[in-house]
Amino acid sequence: MVQQRSGEKSNNEAAGESEARLKSLSHSAATIPFSGIRRFFDIASKMEDVVSLGVGEPDFATPWSVRESAIYSLERGQTTYTSNLGLPELRREISKHLERLYKVSYDPEKEVLVTVGVSEGLDLAARAILDPGDEVLIPEPCYVSYKPCVSLAGGIPVSVPTYAEKKFLLDKNDLASRTTSKTKAILIGYPSNPTGAVMPKDKLEDLVSFACERGLYIISDEIYDRLVYEGEHTCVASLPGAYERTITLNGFSKSYAMTGWRIGYACAAPSIITLMMKIHSYTMLCAPITGQKAAIEALRHGDSAVADMVEQYNQRRRLIVDQLNAIGLKCHMPEGAFYAFPNITSTGLSSEEFAEQLLMKERVAVAPGTAFGAGGEGHVRCSYATGIERIEEALRRMGRFVESLRE
Amino acid sequence: MAVDTLEILNILARDARTTAETIAQMVGCSVSEVTEIIKHCEDSGIIKRYMTVVDWEKAGVERVIAFIDVNVRPARDVGFDAIALRIARYPQVQSVWLVSGGSDLRLAVEAPNLRELANFVAEKIATIDGVTGTVTHFLLRRYKEEQVLFVDTDTDNRLIVAP
Ligand SMILES: Cc1ncc(COP(=O)(O)O)c(C=O)c1O
Repeated sequence: MVQQRSGEKSNNEAAGESEARLKSLSHSAATIPFSGIRRFFDIASKMEDVVSLGVGEPDFATPWSVRESAIYSLERGQTTYTSNLGLPELRREISKHLERLYKVSYDPEKEVLVTVGVSEGLDLAARAILDPGDEVLIPEPCYVSYKPCVSLAGGIPVSVPTYAEKKFLLDKNDLASRTTSKTKAILIGYPSNPTGAVMPKDKLEDLVSFACERGLYIISDEIYDRLVYEGEHTCVASLPGAYERTITLNGFSKSYAMTGWRIGYACAAPSIITLMMKIHSYTMLCAPITGQKAAIEALRHGDSAVADMVEQYNQRRRLIVDQLNAIGLKCHMPEGAFYAFPNITSTGLSSEEFAEQLLMKERVAVAPGTAFGAGGEGHVRCSYATGIERIEEALRRMGRFVESLRE
Repeated sequence: MAVDTLEILNILARDARTTAETIAQMVGCSVSEVTEIIKHCEDSGIIKRYMTVVDWEKAGVERVIAFIDVNVRPARDVGFDAIALRIARYPQVQSVWLVSGGSDLRLAVEAPNLRELANFVAEKIATIDGVTGTVTHFLLRRYKEEQVLFVDTDTDNRLIVAP
C-alpha cells in the first residue's frame, strides 16, 4: 500500500472512515539487542586506512578446485532446488568425512541435513528442541548468534561464565549451579569464537555425562573443527552417551574458506533431524545447489588446501600472541579458531572504550569482548585471519596506542 | 630435515623479505635459531638466491622471452650435462631443464628484442657441437609465474568488522 504523506487526507478519511493506527511490530524481535559488533562495523566502514583485526572470516579465497567445480556445475545448468535434506552425494560425503575424522557414523539418508550455513543450523536446532520458557545453558563469552537464536525460538538463554584463568574452558560445576527444572539443552561452540579455547576430551566427557544425568540435549557448533593447532579436535557426538542427545553443527565457511557460499550441515539422531528438516523445508526449502556442489569438491579434494591454510593460521597465531604480550596486553595462547583474545584491563579501559579509542586514534578495528557477552569484559577479540604484514602493522599501531595510554 | 627448517623455507618462499624476528614468532623459536637455520640453508645451497617477481611489462620494459626446445646428442661419460652447462652459462639463458618427451633440453631465453633472440639461438645454441635441432616458442603473455597471478586481483572486500 502506498504510504500517505501527512497532511494529505486519505481516501478513507475523505470517505468519512477513520484509519486505525498501524499495529506495533513483533515485541520479541524488537527486544533482541543488535550485535555489539554492528556498531563498530558502522563506524569502521566509514573510515579510511583501517587495519582490521575485526574480521571473523578467512582472508583466503575458496580453494580454486572448489570454485572451479561450482563453475562447472553452473555451466551444466545445475540451477534447481535440491531435496530438502540436501544433495544425497553431499550427505554421503559429509557422513564419510565425519567417520574418517572422528569415527562417528551418521546415516546420510536420515541423520544429515544440509543447512544454509551453521547459522541456519543453530536456528533449526533451537526451534526443534525448545518450547517457550525452556532454558539453554550457554558458556560465555560466546559467538554472537547463540543467545538470539535461543530467544527467537522462545527459549531462555542462560549464560554460564568461563574464565581467562581457566583458559575459558567450561566447568561442570558452573553448569550445575545454573541448571533448573526448565533446563533443556547446552549450547557449546569449541574451538571457540571469540576465545580460541578448545575443550580437551576429558572435559567434554564430563559435560556429556552431566547432560546424561539431567536428560539434556547438546547443541555442538564445531565449525572451527579443522582449525586446531594443538592436540586434536574431539567431536562431541563421538563420546559415549552423546550421540542420541547431540546435534552436531558444522560447515564449510571457516575450514574451507567458504563463508559466502552459505553451506553448513547438521547431524543428529533421525527424530531430531526429522523435526529440523520439517522446519527447514518450510522456511528455507533447501540450501543453494551451487554451494552444495562446491562443498562436495571441498570434502573430496580439500585436505591439502586446509592443511596449507592451517599452517599459515598457526604461524600468524604465534606471531600475534607474541606481539600482543610484547606490547603489554596479556594474551593466552588460543588453541583453535583464528582469534586471539587478549586481556586489556592493564590499560584501565573497558573493552568497548578500548576498541572505540583504538579505532579512532590508530584506525585498528578489533571487536570488544563484550560483543560476545558480559563475560567478555576486559578483553578484545583480534582476528588473525589476515596477512602477516597487516597483523604486524596493526600491532605496531596497537603498541603505540597502549603506550599513549601510559603517558 | 627438521620441521622447523621446512617451515622457515616455506615462509621465505612465500615472502623472502620476512625478517628473522617475524619468522621466529611465526614458528615459535628464537631469532638466533632462525638466523642459524637460514645461514645453514644459504651456505649449503638449499637457498639459492632471494629474488623478486617483477611484471616487467607493467614496468614498461620491453623484453622478449622464448622457450627453446633443444635436441642433443648425448656425449659419452657426461651425457647431457656438458652441453646443458655450456648453454646455461650464457646470461641470456634464464633456465635450463632436461625434460622427457620429444626434445631433450628446454631453455628459457631472454633478449631485448626479437632479432637479438633469433641471432642468439642461431649463432650460439644451434652451432654447439652435439645440438641437433631447436624449436623456438616465443612467450606471448604471462598469466602466472612463481605462484603469482599476473592479473590485477581484487582488494580485500570482506566486511571490516564481522562476527
Ligand atoms: C562459532 C561460529 N558459529 C557459526 C558461525 C556462522 O557460520 P556460517 O557461515 O556457517 O553460517 C560463525 C561465523 O562467524 C561462527 O564463528
